Amino acid sequence: MNWIQSLGQSGLEFFEKLGRAHIFLWQALAGIPSVLRRPSLLVAQLYSIGVLSLLIILVSGLFVGMVLALQGYNTLSDFGAEESLGVVVALSMVRELGPVITGLLFAGRAGSALTAEIGLMKATEQLSGMEMMAVDPIRRVISPRFLAGLISMPLLAAIFSAIGIYGGYFVGVDVLGVDEGAYWSQMQSKVDLYEDIFNGVIKSIAFGWVCAWIAVFEGYDAIPTSEGVSRATTRTVVHSALAVLGLDFVLTALMFD
Amino acid sequence: MRQNKTLEITVGLFIAGGLAALLVLAMKVSNLTQLNQGDGYNVVARFENIGGLKVRSPVKVGGVRIGRVAGIDYDTERYQAVVTMQLEGKYNQFPDDTSASVYTAGLLGEQYIALEPGGAEDYLQQGSEIDITQSAVIIEQLISKFLFNKASEPSGE
Repeated sequence: MNWIQSLGQSGLEFFEKLGRAHIFLWQALAGIPSVLRRPSLLVAQLYSIGVLSLLIILVSGLFVGMVLALQGYNTLSDFGAEESLGVVVALSMVRELGPVITGLLFAGRAGSALTAEIGLMKATEQLSGMEMMAVDPIRRVISPRFLAGLISMPLLAAIFSAIGIYGGYFVGVDVLGVDEGAYWSQMQSKVDLYEDIFNGVIKSIAFGWVCAWIAVFEGYDAIPTSEGVSRATTRTVVHSALAVLGLDFVLTALMFD
Repeated sequence: MRQNKTLEITVGLFIAGGLAALLVLAMKVSNLTQLNQGDGYNVVARFENIGGLKVRSPVKVGGVRIGRVAGIDYDTERYQAVVTMQLEGKYNQFPDDTSASVYTAGLLGEQYIALEPGGAEDYLQQGSEIDITQSAVIIEQLISKFLFNKASEPSGE
């Protein structure tokens, strides 16, 4: 009987949290118009979420592209199809690796920082202080961060894919000796603007939405103690990673049938 | 104020960099530069069998890509595959009796349509149909024909 009760309890807690998360998302979205009236808040968040994530995105993108070219070359050269290296690199970057790895890095680099920051604001009662001064903390703190995450993510994913394709170009053409013209022309004939690039951008927007939502919600919902904030930060990274990978499967199944 | 300015500049650079990356993906990586929709014209051809032809497969003349397959359909009245090709507008002087064949690039490569210009006075136009067509060669059929011929040959020496 006891375990049934605990099952019911955890079920109820799960749905309560899900409900809180959706109400919270709705409030954060409702705060976006007031953010657009005060863009300085948004710019500050774009800096800490987007610009500061740029270095890790650039370096990872470059290396992922270079590794893809090395590995792809090994397999393709068995079939005498080295010229298709550009297609392999570009399609895997634009369709999958760009949005997914950017999403994972974004959750680790920016999402955890967001949760910790908001959780600490809650623990030190800055959020309650704002409410005392009749400042809506969701509009002042949450909405700009959510919107900044939503804007940064597609831009970061695009930078990741582009730099990765140039990394693959460097390894494939300059190091391994694939023909330069074949690298670009095969890529251009196989990569479709709508089918591949736009779908990749849609994926990255979806991941940005989910990661930013989880990060700000976990921070806002954290138990206001140092342990609670640490747990919330861990949950942000774990849940964002799972959400990105799961959502990626669903989106891939819908987009590229 | 000064710090605020550098912050805004870096954010501006970040957004510009992101948009530039998207532009690179669109212009340099994808087929945007090869798409010139609008100024092309469509030509229809019927085949008994199109093999592995797909939408967006190339249409070539003498090895030069002049268009792509825009649509594939099946005509249940004549039991033939109907292939719509979009040819680029600047190649608008193919004779009316041009023939179309489905070929394979290399032994295992992708399939494409090859056009062979004829000698008629009139040119192909939007909506014209190519009458002389040759279907794809299916390797399995070829092998079975070969084996069948072999078996029907008189045996002994």
